[in-house]
Amino acid sequence: MSDTSLSSLAAQLAARQVSSRELAQTYLDRIAALNPAINAFITVDAEKTLAEAAAADALRAAGQAGPLTGVPVAHKDIFCTDGWLTTCGSKMLHNFVAPYDAHVIRRFKAAGMPSLGKTNMDEFAMGSSNETSYFGAVKNPWNPACVPGGSSGGAAACVAARMAPAATGTDTGGSIRQPAALCGITGLKPTYGLVSRYGMIAFASSLDQAGPMAPSAEDCALLLNVMTGFDPSDSTSLDREKEDYTRDLNLPLAGLRVGLPREFFAEGLNNEVAAAVDAAVAELKKLGATTVGISLANSKLAIPVYYVLAPAEASSNLSRFDGVRYGYRAPEYANLDDMYCKTRAQGFGAEVKRRILIGAYVLSHGYYDAYYLQAQKIRRLIADDFNAAFKVCDVILGPTAPGTAFRLGEKSGDPVEMYLNDLYTIPANLAGLPGMSLPCGFDSKGLPIGLQLVGNYFSEAKMLNVAHQYQRATDWHMRLPPLGEAPGARG
Amino acid sequence: MSLTPDDVKRIARLARIETSDAEAQATQVQLNSIFGLIAAMQAVDTRDIAPMAHAQEVTQRLRDDVVTETDRHAAFQTIAPAVENGLYLVPKVIE
Amino acid sequence: MKWETVIGLEVHTQLATKSKIFSGSSTAFGAAPNTQASAVDIALPGVLPVLNKGAVECAIRFGLAIGANLNRVNVFDRKNYFYPDLPKGYQISQLAKPIVEGGALKIIVPSTGSGQSEERVIHLTRAHLEEDAGKSLHEDFHGMTGIDLNRAGTPLLEIVSEPEMRSSAEAVAYARALHALVTWIGICDGNMQEGSFRVDANVSVRPVGQTEFGTRREIKNLNSFRFLQQAIDYEVRWQIETLEDGGRVTQATVLFDPDTGETRMMRSKEEAHDYRYFPDPDLLPVRLDEDWIAAVRATLPELPAAMQARFQRDYGVSAYDATVLTGSRALADYFEAAAKACGQGKLAANWVMGELSAALNKAELDIAQSPVSSAQLGALIARIQDGTLSGKLARQVFEGLWEGAGEVDAIIEARGLRQMSDSGELEKIVDDVLAANPKSVEEFRAGKEKAFNALVGQVMKASRGKANPAQVNDLLKAKLQ
Repeated sequence: MSDTSLSSLAAQLAARQVSSRELAQTYLDRIAALNPAINAFITVDAEKTLAEAAAADALRAAGQAGPLTGVPVAHKDIFCTDGWLTTCGSKMLHNFVAPYDAHVIRRFKAAGMPSLGKTNMDEFAMGSSNETSYFGAVKNPWNPACVPGGSSGGAAACVAARMAPAATGTDTGGSIRQPAALCGITGLKPTYGLVSRYGMIAFASSLDQAGPMAPSAEDCALLLNVMTGFDPSDSTSLDREKEDYTRDLNLPLAGLRVGLPREFFAEGLNNEVAAAVDAAVAELKKLGATTVGISLANSKLAIPVYYVLAPAEASSNLSRFDGVRYGYRAPEYANLDDMYCKTRAQGFGAEVKRRILIGAYVLSHGYYDAYYLQAQKIRRLIADDFNAAFKVCDVILGPTAPGTAFRLGEKSGDPVEMYLNDLYTIPANLAGLPGMSLPCGFDSKGLPIGLQLVGNYFSEAKMLNVAHQYQRATDWHMRLPPLGEAPGARG
Repeated sequence: MSLTPDDVKRIARLARIETSDAEAQATQVQLNSIFGLIAAMQAVDTRDIAPMAHAQEVTQRLRDDVVTETDRHAAFQTIAPAVENGLYLVPKVIE
Repeated sequence: MKWETVIGLEVHTQLATKSKIFSGSSTAFGAAPNTQASAVDIALPGVLPVLNKGAVECAIRFGLAIGANLNRVNVFDRKNYFYPDLPKGYQISQLAKPIVEGGALKIIVPSTGSGQSEERVIHLTRAHLEEDAGKSLHEDFHGMTGIDLNRAGTPLLEIVSEPEMRSSAEAVAYARALHALVTWIGICDGNMQEGSFRVDANVSVRPVGQTEFGTRREIKNLNSFRFLQQAIDYEVRWQIETLEDGGRVTQATVLFDPDTGETRMMRSKEEAHDYRYFPDPDLLPVRLDEDWIAAVRATLPELPAAMQARFQRDYGVSAYDATVLTGSRALADYFEAAAKACGQGKLAANWVMGELSAALNKAELDIAQSPVSSAQLGALIARIQDGTLSGKLARQVFEGLWEGAGEVDAIIEARGLRQMSDSGELEKIVDDVLAANPKSVEEFRAGKEKAFNALVGQVMKASRGKANPAQVNDLLKAKLQ
């Protein structure tokens, strides 16, 4: 197959071997062919995509092209996109055409990168299987009977099926890393505050962070260069000097200290996943890394803490969906109060309502200290564990998810069972640390297995270096699901 | 601790989500299993631990007091459920 | 039973910033509906707040002005409730760590009847920053309510007093002093009609001697001092009557109806409020560094309390007059300029608070719009002082100044208002009056003091008011001996 890495596509565009318009059309064709079975996209608008691609070509013709100008990407439907339907996977926003661009979208536009469409997701990013979307479940390209993971399931599936060279995702408790693992791609959640949250529909504000999803670490590094940057309209955006995340990709790994948290290899971890992760550790050792056993003792409390803090913030963040200024309004109601109650009962799906109720409960009078405050205190203990660990290691390694892709409907009846999927990913969100997932093998059913790296604050370049070196030595990330040829880039 | 159907109705009321008795029953079961999971938190001694509200120990940046926004109400109101004379319309508010 | 009233006030002051507290929208009053409601103000999905430095600075000014503690780290919280004029479904406010805590305000409670005006100090609990809500317009839109979000996000400083006031008069005096202060330091335009200064009053009563408070009811949104007084007076009467009739006062929020002069319970909510406050994850802790506080302190004008003390010391005015004269910055500046121009503080105070204030009130003008300048008033008072004008003549000159007839001396000349200084001329008038009123002379000699006053009046009349009354007195006394 042809090379669809971002660096290759960029080179072909720069060499005028292909135009952005042609490239976009190729991907649109592949979306048209594959999406009906996968359901990775909520909105595809060929006309808009081709117009943006034509603009990219014009930019190049004018000699104003940047490194990735003309390379198309798909955006999670959580990012407000001016003139595009932006649903967040919810009936509540089934008709919401955003009147402005999220900061992330503005950065892609400024880089001259056309949008291939808006990808499917768990409703309001609440889910680990993409089954909570109002627009239907996404199917895993490796096995359509299985889930792609969530909440950025559409993004992961569309990249795995090469319906897009790369995609944006967001990660509140693992929503980039877990679907990346389940779909066999690479995904990175940056340090909290590196990517602006402005225009990204909020789930849990203190945890949400956008990041890149693509086949390889190198692709992610290139995308991260586009996505990061200070934004004065997000108070939590960090005003730091801009980095080139590709700068350390080719450094050797000699002397790298890899921390292995014993809690991430304990009970509950699938044997095949454990074996693949062990093999990856062996591979890194071959590349010069050493390992050190560490403990993240409080990480076992990450799920309880997360299921207090995230719903609490969400219950408040989602109060704006009231049927007054935009979005869904119930067709019939007796009075104002009834309008609110019916609009929200009908507009939100079951999982979203469940989390709103949990959040309202833990913040309500008499329960705040026992739940919300206690969770915030344990959050600090979890972060402190990481701080201690990074005194003895450079990067922490473990599985991304306890198992591989599960079957559609297998866990949707049991919220607790579903929540346990994010056991290994949530701690990094609570601490605000960067985390990434990269493919490290397949189970006996042929489903991808994800390896997770968690780095210290602002150590994205180091993590990408480790991942890139691993990917140079392995080809798990090159494997394609059995769907047919990738589009391409001629030649 | 566990929630009663009345607790569910009370918080659904706070959250303005219409919930029938049957829904409250079903939700109660699910919420209780989730709160069963959350209960693991309660055993931790956190006496001298400062709560962590943000991922980074940074303080609020301040915006200069200047007007930067222009009137976009026409664009904003094309996506509104009900408007008239520039106003959003809602069922009568009684104070 | 004797009852004691306990009042605490919560005042919402709109801060005089150009832009909103969390967005770059204009805060100008009176724009067409929703034309000053940005993406942030209407709470589009995905938008985020960024705090306005100007609003924080206003709060610092206030904290310094009342000698309060400024919390070097303060935090914004979300107060969650549903209301159509609250677009996010929560109000960003400060609960646990407000920017200002403590502080005090000196008030002068005017005398009632014959009593002395009384000075009191009212302590403040706190003042915190928050955002205003939009407006619900209840005119008929086919049985619907219209929502205008222009006001949503306007910065507010909510100023909470301790429950230290014991009468409506004290509450009004406190509200007036607070109004004077926030306008004085330039953090609020003070326009009560436009809602820039809105008062909520927490009112309870208890038997005199009881230490614990009675159950309070909160009167919402009083937008004039008169309504504040009326509402509290009604509410206190109602609570006392209720209790004396064996009833109970239950905690409630009430509205004051200016038409009936009564308070009434707001439509009761089905459930108790549970605002589910928690720290806003979109906003970080606000840090006030010492340099900033010092810089703000350096820009503070002389404050009313300091100026009152100085007026008493330098101009010999009473404490009460000093308070009235510092009712606004413009009034204080006017008084001081006039007093300096004539060197007569007490006289200047009397004129500013008397003739001038009455004329301004009658014409519904503000001190800043006064047709008579402080320099003119000073010149006028100087002419009283040097004997050129009597009080009565001075009032005529004042009328001339008010009408714009020119400067003081020109009006005196043009209208022939100079006080008679030629004693020969006056003596002739006195002689004529004595000759023409033998009956009064006789009565005076028989011991009727009133007859003397009648003679003075006749002389003044004959001189067409230009005689110096003291001189007339002396002359008449001499002649009648």
